[in-house]
This record gives sequence, structure tokens and C-alpha cells, in this order.
Amino acid sequence: MAVMNIREAINKTLMDEMERDSNIIVLGEDVVGGAGTAGGQEAIGGIWGTTPGLFAKFGADRVIDTPISESAIIGAAAGAALAGKRPVAELMFADFVGVSLDQLWNQMAKFRYMFGGKTTCPAVVRLIYGAGMNAAAQHSQSVYAMLTSMPGLKVVLPATPADAKGLLTEALRGDDPVMFFEHKALYGVKGEVPDGEHRQRFGEARMVREGGDVTVVTCGRMVGFGEKAADKLAAEGIGVDLIDLRTTSPLDEEAILDSVEATGRLVVVDESPPRCSLAADIAAIVASKAFTSLKAPPAMITGPHSPIPFARELERAWVPSPQKIEDAVRQLLAFR
Amino acid sequence: MQLSREELVGAYRRMAIIRQFEERLHEEIKTGEIAGFTHLYCGQEAAAVGVCDHLTTEDLIVSTHRGHGHCIAKGCDVKGMMKEIYGRRDGLCKGRGGSMHIADLSVGMLGANGIVGAGAPQAVGAAIAAKLDGKGRVAIAFSGDGACNQGTTFEAMNLAVVVKAPAIFVFENNHYSEHTGVDYAVGTNKDIASRAEAFGMKAWRANGCDYFDTYETMRDLLEYVRAGNGPAAIELDTERFYGHFEGDPQRYRAKGELDRLREERDCLKAFRARVGEAKLLDLQLLDDVDAEVAQLIEEATSEARAAPPPDPAHVAEDVYVDY
Ligand SMILES: Cc1ncc(C[n+]2csc(CCOP(=O)(O)OP(=O)(O)O)c2C)c(N)n1
Repeated sequence: MAVMNIREAINKTLMDEMERDSNIIVLGEDVVGGAGTAGGQEAIGGIWGTTPGLFAKFGADRVIDTPISESAIIGAAAGAALAGKRPVAELMFADFVGVSLDQLWNQMAKFRYMFGGKTTCPAVVRLIYGAGMNAAAQHSQSVYAMLTSMPGLKVVLPATPADAKGLLTEALRGDDPVMFFEHKALYGVKGEVPDGEHRQRFGEARMVREGGDVTVVTCGRMVGFGEKAADKLAAEGIGVDLIDLRTTSPLDEEAILDSVEATGRLVVVDESPPRCSLAADIAAIVASKAFTSLKAPPAMITGPHSPIPFARELERAWVPSPQKIEDAVRQLLAFR
Repeated sequence: MQLSREELVGAYRRMAIIRQFEERLHEEIKTGEIAGFTHLYCGQEAAAVGVCDHLTTEDLIVSTHRGHGHCIAKGCDVKGMMKEIYGRRDGLCKGRGGSMHIADLSVGMLGANGIVGAGAPQAVGAAIAAKLDGKGRVAIAFSGDGACNQGTTFEAMNLAVVVKAPAIFVFENNHYSEHTGVDYAVGTNKDIASRAEAFGMKAWRANGCDYFDTYETMRDLLEYVRAGNGPAAIELDTERFYGHFEGDPQRYRAKGELDRLREERDCLKAFRARVGEAKLLDLQLLDDVDAEVAQLIEEATSEARAAPPPDPAHVAEDVYVDY
């Protein structure tokens, strides 16, 4: 198995899949970079460095730099998918979903249903999300819960390089619109990636640690925070079942419920404000479906009900932390 | 040209503040003390100042992600801005907004914006408000050449024409949106002003690297808008000297491009040359201005560095007025 980081795993997967399937096209702002400049094409290869090399290999017909026009990017992806292509559209910051929301929500997500099941819309939207770079309120949000709430969209959040490959491959082979969330603070995370074909089924959570005392549900960047907390707690003799959801739509309810039935305690860690969040959703599922197993009320670790602030001290206070997870676990164990 | 000596020195002073503020940020960012994304305006000073020199604090502007120059030209407190960029508690926005979200309503600066194209519709709304007030105020949307490709900008221009709002669309064409060239991204005849004309408004064009051309063209434009003719647009041909954001290696530039720009299209140099040749001012006076501005920037920087950070306990304050 090769060792690579998430950025490289995404680039390699795009490369391999585009090679395999000539219907795949990539579009977005500066995914090539340098179009129409004297310095020439591929000056950048995407501002996150996930798309270099694609243009050189597949050319301007399949790797398309767009103007700054998110409605057009997502709408074009929706239309191209209806017309038989497999577009991969990039929103360089997930926050820009705001600009393209109608095309995602009222169009792409609903085509299949509204058209009586007579069409598919195999578009992948790559959304770069998350806090941690002091990028302030309009460039730091984790909007996966909002998109999870939209029937018709699949929502995917890799936390490891292997999953980045497995989940992106699955997205590119499937026939539904997939919202593929890449956390900007995870690109450098390294790990082993299976060689050759590797597909990770959606709706199949990963049990990262088994401990038996408390269930901690995470996704995206919060998986690593959960691992840190679980390590600390293990040293105190507290065992954490740590779950990485991998996908929030579909959701692996079974993995969550099975674990909670054994531990009786749930902590959900979600990098977003609390109201109508993923944390609220999962807490509600557990409260309604595993109520009698619970030994304590479900705990939700989220940001506060506020936008994300700029200053370092404030952003640090806003984002969930390993410390907050530890504290929540201890509180649940002390509950009686 | 009827600018008094005082006005000329004032214009130079404002441009010099922007220039030195930005040059200083460019250095300070290397220390790692400043967090987040910073987009420098350096090179475009004549555009912001040439436009805003016609405005009072009653007039309104909305800005972009590259907003420092617009803020300074509109009269925002420079020390408060520096503190904001350093993420300090008593920065202009309490350290919560940072470089991309500086606003100061007290001087008619309705906000920088991290969303490209978001400002233009807001300027139309502000212009509608101004029209209702009947005091002859105007509202200005600063947009880049990249922002002119957003649907929001198109919708805003059309709405402004429909309601005859005193909105002014200032397109600062610095030839790049991030790493993509305007010749590629603007699909018409590469001319942004003609897009505004297509929506039914009068549009002007000026050399945004020339304070005098910008200032004089804006005077005509404003006369037209303040007379109640509805919206107008201006395309300013300008340059940015630094990368899209701090840390951008600018591989999309031609070899020697930046040196040439600094040589041939520096609006401060051009200003000096013009007032010198026309014997409008003694250049020694401008040297004194430079020194005085250097002092201001030095103070702003050291005060910002020493200023206290925000208290994390206040992280979720000011979300609502009351809840
Ligand atoms: C809706 C949206 N899309 C993309 C971006 C990322 N982005 C920030 S600045 C920028 C380029 C803007 O170009 P232009 O309008 O020409 O202004 P300039 O940077 O040249 O001042 C882009 C694409 C953004 N902030 N918001």
C-alpha cells in the first residue's frame, strides 16, 4: 500500500477515474489556474493543490476553469449530468454553496424524484469546508448538515486518505449527486491507501476505536479530535467506541444504535452550530430509537449558536476540541 | 482641474496611507502574527481615492475581499483597521471579522465582503434607501473584474436601472481574478463597461492608475447620478502589485511583469510626476507626507501588536440585538 496524504489521494483518484471513464469532466474556479494569463495554464492546479496534472493529461475540454459564477458551475454540472456526463464541480469554499444553492437544492437534488425516476444525475460536488485557518465567518463553515437535510443528495466526508480514495471512487461510479466534503485542515493527513481499485460503500461507518463505555460519533476533522480524546481517556481506563460516520446521507444508523445499546452513553461531535445540526439529528435518532438503553442524556459537542469568528482566540473557543470531548465523556460517566 | 493645493496633498496622503499600510502588512504577515487570509490592494490606490474623494460620510460604499484601500479612502480609522487585521479586541469589528470583513457604518463604509459578487445588490439597496431619503446621497459598489461574472452583479445592475437608484458600479479591472485572466473569464469583448451599458445605464472608462483621470471621470459620473438620472458604471483599468492573497507565488504572471508595473503603472509615482511637472506642488511637501504617514503606520502596527486579544467568553455575543 502506498502512503499519501488526503490531497494526493484525491488528485490520484481523479486522475485514475478520468483515465478510466472519459465521461468524467472537472470544472471550477482555478481548477487549472492561469487561464488567459501570460504565465500560462496550470500555474496553480486548484488553490488547494488537488487538481494539478489533470489539465496536462486531459486538456481544456475535460478540465475547465470557470469564471467566478457558482450558480453556473453547479447548474452546468447538473445539466451535464442529465446529458450523460459525469461532472466533478469544485466549490473552493463550501460556504459558496450559498451562491449556488438553488441549483443544488431545487434542481440537482430533485431531478430524479420529480421526473418519476426516469433520470439520474451523477454529479459530484467537491466542497472545501471547515474552520481552523482563521478564515472568518464566510470561509470556515461546515455546511454538511444543511445538505444532509436535502433528500436526493448524498453527503460524504472522508477523514483518512484511504477513505478519500474509496469514497471518491464510489462517488464517481455511482449515479446520484454526491456532496464530497474535504476539510481544509485535513489535506496534509497521511495514511496508507490501498493500491488498485478501492471503493468504500456509502452508509457504512468505521469503528475507529472500540472501548465499550461511551459512544463518540464523529465525522470529518472531528474524527481526529475524537481519537485524541479517546487516547487520553483510555489512559484513565475509560473505553470509547469511536465512530467515523464517513457519510451522513446515507447514515449508518445501525452502527450508532448498536454501539449506544452497548455503552448506554452518546457524545456527538459536530463542527457546526447546534441548532438543526448533525449532532441534533443523531441525538434525536438515538433518543427515539434507543431510549431505554440510555444511562444519560445524549451530549452534543458543537460550536455555539453564532457565526465563526476570525481572531485565533475566538476561533479556538468556537470549534469543538479534544478537551471538550473528554469533558463530555467524563460528565456522562458521572451522570446518575 | 480645479484641485487646491490642500486637496492635492490630501489625495496623495490618502494614497500614501493605503500604500504604506499594505507594504507594512506584506512585511508583518511574514512574522506569522497575522492570521487568516489577507488580500492586498497595493497598486490600486488611485482607484479607491479617486472615487472616494468625491464622497462625504453620508454617501455609502460596499467593498470587496480586497477592501483595505476602500476603507482607508472612505475614512475608516487606520489604527482600528490594523487592530482588526491583527484580530484584537478593540479592532474596528472587535476582532471577529478580520481583514475580509472590515466595516465602519459611521463613515458610510457598509462592509468588505468575503463573497465575490455579494456587494453589488447591497449597494442597490443602499441606493434605494438614499433615494428615499432624498438628500442626494449615492451608494457605490466596488467590484473586481472577476465579480462582474457573478449573476448577483447582473441582477443588481438590472434592478438599479429598473428602479432608477443612485447606485454606482465601480469595476476595478486589475486583469486577474485569483489566478485567471480577465481575457479568458470575461467572454464578451473583454470590456466590462459595455456590460453595464447593455443593462441600460451610462458607463464611463478611466485609467485607474491615474488619480487625475479617475477623479475627473468620477466627477462627471457623479454629476449625472446626483442629478437623478439613475445608476451609472465606471470601469477602472488598474493593477495589483501583490498576489491574489498573501502567499500567492503568482506563477500566472509573465516574466518581469511586476517590475514593469512598478515602473510604468505605479499611481503614486504618476501622481508625483504630474504635480511635479505641472509645478502644482513642491515635491518636498510629498516627502514630508510620506514621513508623516510612515509614523502613523508605525504607531498603528505597534499599537495593534501590543493590543489585547478578544476574550473567548464573548465568542457568541452580538449574534442578535436581543434573543
Ligand atoms: C462567491 C465566491 N466565489 C469565489 C470566491 C473566491 N475568490 C475570492 S477573491 C476571488 C477573485 C476575485 O476577483 P476579482 O473580482 O477580479 O477581484 P480582485 O481579486 O481582482 O480584486 C475569488 C475567486 C469567493 N470569495 N466568493
